[in-house]
Amino acid sequence: MVGSIVSALAYIIIGPIIGGLLQGFDRKLTARLQGRQGPPLLQPFYDLYKLFSKQSVVVNNIQDFLVCGFLIFVVFTGALFFWGGDILLVFFALTLAGIFLIMSSCSAYSPYSSMGAQRELMQMMAYEPMVLLAAIGFYIAAGSFNVKEIIQADIPPIVYLPGIFVTFVYILTIKFRKSPFDLSTSHHAHQEMVRGLTTELSGNILALVELSHWYENVFLLGVVGLFVMSCHWWSIPLAVVVCLLSYFLEVIIDNVFPRVKWQLMLKSAWGVTLIAGGINLMIIMLIP
Amino acid sequence: MLSVSKSPWLLHYDGSSCNGCDIEVLACLTPLYDVERFGVINTGNPKHADIFLITGGINAQNKPVVEEIYSQMPNPKVVVAVGICACNGGIFKECYNILGGVDTTIPVDIYVPGCAARPEAIIDGVVKAVALLDEKRKQMKLESSKEKGA
Repeated sequence: MVGSIVSALAYIIIGPIIGGLLQGFDRKLTARLQGRQGPPLLQPFYDLYKLFSKQSVVVNNIQDFLVCGFLIFVVFTGALFFWGGDILLVFFALTLAGIFLIMSSCSAYSPYSSMGAQRELMQMMAYEPMVLLAAIGFYIAAGSFNVKEIIQADIPPIVYLPGIFVTFVYILTIKFRKSPFDLSTSHHAHQEMVRGLTTELSGNILALVELSHWYENVFLLGVVGLFVMSCHWWSIPLAVVVCLLSYFLEVIIDNVFPRVKWQLMLKSAWGVTLIAGGINLMIIMLIP
Repeated sequence: MLSVSKSPWLLHYDGSSCNGCDIEVLACLTPLYDVERFGVINTGNPKHADIFLITGGINAQNKPVVEEIYSQMPNPKVVVAVGICACNGGIFKECYNILGGVDTTIPVDIYVPGCAARPEAIIDGVVKAVALLDEKRKQMKLESSKEKGA
């Protein structure tokens, strides 16, 4: 009990630090891949501080409330996950957080903002089936929806769920907002629509969105780590290594592929979900 | 250690430039000059920008656009006029449709002359703009504390 409270608190306190450092690493690596020197590792923190110290231009009152809702529910999602709660509830809370963000960009009268919101909905449509399949997969592999019990299994879930793991890493590109699936909002200025969702957000409200993304990224890497967690002590360093490798892979993918249209994103995400995820699920359901 | 100047985000707007200066502005982002070293990002969104980089003179058509962009940027903000046309109209100064440099429409903080302005000069201008950003931030804080006091 104490351990789970400590890990939930650790997520709330250390989560954004890890998230920011990961983003700094991402930007440095991206710059290196493009033959540039790149910003310092702590650049995301400088950006966040800058955003907090800017004048806040409020588009409407409801937007602030919705962005705060996004932050609170993302933190709730991650804290519940690291506390060892029900993974279904964790994923539902994540979806609710996503809805808050979409509502906040819908609330502004900007064509870019609402275009971003529509695309974000498309992205949710693309990754949601896989997220639910992952939860079912964990249940079949470990016999429980509780994260606390999943990590106590003798054999890590990835042994039963290699297909679901691959699919989860595939939709991770959508969740991390990485090219080719960074349709709704992007960090690269060369895309056809750059900021989308966050067009109308500025100053401290934009900073809150950035902070939520750091929390979200750490939580998502936590789910990646959950695939290799077991009751053995060495599964923890192994999970960290797997998380870092998958993040590294996402950065490489981000730099290699151009943005695709939403049709291709939806088709490919559902295709991979159906083929890799579905077949994996069928096999473990039929062969106990 | 932390300051506004550590993360200056740019907004680049092409007034009625011949594209010479625009290409030089973009050259600053390429591996050779790489302004992202200093945390500079080309945002393309006035609401996220700290520095308004503008090339080319102001004409009757783009005057309202420039005013709109300037008013959408949150404080503290700095305007950099890049190239001689943005500074005072340049060779287009006498044209019937040209109003003159950027300062005919919005207050300009830094002038970067040249035709076209060289990337080194643009980076120099941005560095000066960054120093000014910190100063403006301090002023903003002073004013807000005065308001609270009153």
